[in-house]
Amino acid sequence: MAEIDKSGQSAMIDQADERRRIIRQGLGRRRRNEAIFRSLGLAAALSAFGFVVVLFGNIVASGLPAFWQVNIETEVTFDPEVVNIEERPVLQPGQSVAEYRREDLAWQRRVSLANWNALIEAAIRQHAPDADVDTRSILSIVDPNARFVLRDMVIENPGIVGETVPIRLLGSANADNWIKGTIDRSLPDHRQQLSPEARALADALHEEGVMRMRFASHLFTNVDSRVAPASAGLAGAFMGSLYMMLIVIVLAVPIGVASAIYLEEFAPQNRLTDLIEVNINNLAAVPSIVFGLLGAAVFINVFGLPLSAPLAGGLVLTLMTLPTIIIATRSSLRAVPPSLRQAALGLGASHTQMVFHHVLPVTYPGILTASILGVAQALGETAPLLLIGMNAFVANIPTSPLDQSTALPVQIFLWQGNENRNFFEPRTFATIIVLLGLMLSLNALAIYLRSRFEKRK
Amino acid sequence: MSRRALAGPPQNTNRFAMHDVLSRTKPISADTRIRITARDVNVFYGATQAIRTISMDIPDCAVTAFIGPSGCGKSTFLRCFNRMNDTIEGARVEGRIEIDGEDIYTPDLDVVELRARIGMVFQKPNPFPKSIFDNVAYGPRIHGLVRTRGETEEVVERSLQRAGLWKEVKDRLHEPGTGLSGGQQQRLCIARAIAVGPEVILMDEPCSALDPIATAVIEELIDELRTNYTIVLVTHSMQQAARVSQKTAFFHLGKLIEYGDTEQVFTRPAERQTEDYISGKIG
Amino acid sequence: MSSFILATILLIVMALAYQMGLSRSRQVAAASGGRMHSRPQYHGALVALWTVVPLLLVLVLWLLLGDMVTRWLVVATLPPDLVERGGAPLSEAMQRIEAIASGVGVIGEVEPYERAAAERLQQVRLYLRAAAIILATVLAAGGLIHARRRITTRTRARNEVELVIRGLLIFCSIVAILTTIGIVVSLVFETIRFFSFVHPLDFFFGTVWNPRYAVTGDAATGSYGMLPLLWGTVMIAGIAMLVAIPIGLMTAIYLSQYAPARVRSVVKPVVEVLAGIPTIVYGFFALVTVGPFLSSTARMLGFSINTTSALTAGLVMGVMIIPFISSLSDDIIRQVPAAMRDGSYGLGATKSETIRKVILPAALPGIVGAILLAVSRAIGETMIVLLAAGNSPVLRFDPTEPTSTITVTIVAQMFGDSDFAAPQSLVAFALGLTLFVITLCLNIVALYIVRRYREQYE
Repeated sequence: MAEIDKSGQSAMIDQADERRRIIRQGLGRRRRNEAIFRSLGLAAALSAFGFVVVLFGNIVASGLPAFWQVNIETEVTFDPEVVNIEERPVLQPGQSVAEYRREDLAWQRRVSLANWNALIEAAIRQHAPDADVDTRSILSIVDPNARFVLRDMVIENPGIVGETVPIRLLGSANADNWIKGTIDRSLPDHRQQLSPEARALADALHEEGVMRMRFASHLFTNVDSRVAPASAGLAGAFMGSLYMMLIVIVLAVPIGVASAIYLEEFAPQNRLTDLIEVNINNLAAVPSIVFGLLGAAVFINVFGLPLSAPLAGGLVLTLMTLPTIIIATRSSLRAVPPSLRQAALGLGASHTQMVFHHVLPVTYPGILTASILGVAQALGETAPLLLIGMNAFVANIPTSPLDQSTALPVQIFLWQGNENRNFFEPRTFATIIVLLGLMLSLNALAIYLRSRFEKRK
Repeated sequence: MSRRALAGPPQNTNRFAMHDVLSRTKPISADTRIRITARDVNVFYGATQAIRTISMDIPDCAVTAFIGPSGCGKSTFLRCFNRMNDTIEGARVEGRIEIDGEDIYTPDLDVVELRARIGMVFQKPNPFPKSIFDNVAYGPRIHGLVRTRGETEEVVERSLQRAGLWKEVKDRLHEPGTGLSGGQQQRLCIARAIAVGPEVILMDEPCSALDPIATAVIEELIDELRTNYTIVLVTHSMQQAARVSQKTAFFHLGKLIEYGDTEQVFTRPAERQTEDYISGKIG
Repeated sequence: MSSFILATILLIVMALAYQMGLSRSRQVAAASGGRMHSRPQYHGALVALWTVVPLLLVLVLWLLLGDMVTRWLVVATLPPDLVERGGAPLSEAMQRIEAIASGVGVIGEVEPYERAAAERLQQVRLYLRAAAIILATVLAAGGLIHARRRITTRTRARNEVELVIRGLLIFCSIVAILTTIGIVVSLVFETIRFFSFVHPLDFFFGTVWNPRYAVTGDAATGSYGMLPLLWGTVMIAGIAMLVAIPIGLMTAIYLSQYAPARVRSVVKPVVEVLAGIPTIVYGFFALVTVGPFLSSTARMLGFSINTTSALTAGLVMGVMIIPFISSLSDDIIRQVPAAMRDGSYGLGATKSETIRKVILPAALPGIVGAILLAVSRAIGETMIVLLAAGNSPVLRFDPTEPTSTITVTIVAQMFGDSDFAAPQSLVAFALGLTLFVITLCLNIVALYIVRRYREQYE
């Protein structure tokens, strides 16, 4: 291109000025667009953040109150006329154990039939001697399981009969609702859970300090109960979940790590192993309910495992966690630098020795973290458990992985469906707090271990 | 238009071959105005100082070469001119840089406008994953310099012609820019930069990723462009600087060691360090 | 014998065998003056394997067959008419005999044949146990001696041990494959059984879902048209995507391009928390908080939203999916080479222009893949919909009404008390197969797109 002379140069300068003018004109609009775009991004990030805050805030605010329940603290007199029972039978010589057991059970049944409720009524009435309130109303503010507390005290120590003893009894779910205010106090009588007299009595006792809020530790130690909702607890669910998590750890981690080692280090690179890799990646994304169907069809139907058993649930969860562990272990193995492998082989190690003595130890932190996270995820799975029968009410703690049981997330599902919504809604939130607390601890453990291992490097 | 020597001799060259090349460079006239002035510029990356108190004037319509061993700060200094250091977190620029007498580090200067006046070509060709046409049209479109399809086509053709690429791509303007060869991609990037109508073009080692033939083509292009644009060229090849530039600045460890006419710097360097570098003792 | 004691005995035997192998190999090494093929540990391990594996085999056999054999032997001594009756009376009799034998005793009179049978039971148990122990000991000792004798300088113990290890690894790898095969086979098998009751075309293209339960005999009546469920699934997933895509994508853009490092380091992990929350928690939250909130807000504004509706479930599901999209998009956006960004900035583009016109188009395939994966997740989701979308398998287009999805219906059908072979239960498998195939296709396509995208920039 030829050089431009003076007039050409001034034309170019004019052009340049014109360009600058046009650009400057557009700047305002572009800056505005930039600001709008940026604030949209900020708004999105803030709303995502906000969702978390709202969710957790709602859970904590609604669930925390459920950890305290009304209790009645008073004195009970074990009136011998009411507690009129004979001595406990003793094993006679020549009597078979089965016979003795039958006699003992019969005795226990007779003891249960004693009118403990009369003692409870008397204990309460002493605080409101003038109140015009009938027996039913009085008993409606006490948890139905309270009478078993008294019975067990006598069984354990028969000498207590005739004594007056201080005692703490759990208030009923309806009384709890009333005192806490989870039921609207302004509702008309026919929409209330307690009779007007019972409500007045509860308020009076609460004012006197006889009825007090105490930490509901039985939430963790009792089993579920339909009859006495106030004393329903999570113990059965805990054990069920614990059994299942143990099964997952014992099965999924070794099998998963072994598979990953084979696929990554030993398997020949061919179409078959590619297919297996695609297969595992897809398994990781299969909906959890399909695993539930697999469990129902194969573990329950074909293998004949008992319905609702932690073993069946544990096996299903193992299969769900397996792909995650395999994928994580494989990427940990891939991250080991080839120089380490070469060095081991160069020293004369066999392939197997190189893998197990040199490569694998380096991957332990990654495998550990992935396993903990996998277990945490499995802890919260509900859908597949519903399909293997865990949707039923179970009122005992499982003593082996083959007993019928429930699990924490399933317990949430069961309690949210309970009719006494005022009582069980906060309780469900409280259970969610427990579940999230467990998962958070596991995650924190994983993060802590990972940073510990990174520091060592 | 004279041709340049192809594929220069190895780095550790002797001065007589250099002389050969230099005799063909055209010196700039004495009354050329100064386009860019830099005064007491310091650049920090966090706590590390990368540029130490550099002052220089860059003339208009000429090629100024920055040379020096790797890590000496020539690219960093180059990026001060279009404020690309702003995109690096922790980078801090002190001092005064003026373009056509305007301080470009004033707070109310819009960087977007600055970069429309100062184009940049990078070390590795980086065409967008768009068609050749859209690559070149990208700049004019976002700045609003073209309104109709006709205007866009005109600008694209003109830029590709000035970059010497038009004949090769005029029949495949809608193919992806990434499908071109390395040298063609770099010329596409130059065309892209030209399309916005800058006054200054900064080139950061534009030929280091290219083969010798492509390099020669680009060097020839640079020589043509300098008649209408101010070009600042960072290069690690002294031969390239000798072939293409009129002024040369030698950097070392963040400092400007020597700056002057290319011929003088290469044949009669005033500083000992410059001479050491040119004869291959350092760098 | 309690399992704990058993396990301890096994471990002790293994340790002893290992030790014996170890010492023997050292002996041989010393006697032959040096080079053995394998180190002592491998010889020890090999001996331990030869010893313990027979033990384990006997144990497994005993566990599987012992009870059966015992029972068979005892039943043989019972009066024949009782044996012929079989069923409940027979098991009752066996229980009584067990109780007598264990010393707990029973209620009531003890028949002489019962007493005899109880004695026999105890005898059989004793003999069987003795037999098992003897067999196990003999085999184990035999294995031990044989293995020990094999130890020479040339025995390739290490190779054999490594072979066993490799075999174990292969066996474990097969589990994953078996799982997939198990899923496919069980689903297909039960689906085929289902199609013997209901015609496939009626299932896949029917628009009425009303499986009546067998109250009076004719169990096959009832409509099993899947389309209302498919539509419910699509509608809820669609609402979820409408929430998740804008918020997820813009969050990823903001956090990767705009946010200062400190903000990013706080906000990113918090948003990721959303991905770890169990879906039952989301479902409950939707049912108890979001549903009533939407319902009362709508009422204030003059229209109506049901407390359990597709909208409620879809919104909450959208929130759950946000981290999937934002995490994946963040990775994908960061993979766009910085050179491209620098090129755009160098031309004078603003940040938003660069993102909108250069980075996003470059990242588009990856983002599409991420969205497909998220859709697959949304389609397979159960608990949120189970709790918050109501249960109304009717084909309608109003998101403010309750609806049903494929996943919810699977649960509902399996909850029913009808037997496993009825179409009411089998249809769950047909639905499961449909779901599996849909999500599989989505996943394959999505993973393929993302992989091709990643290869582009490597």
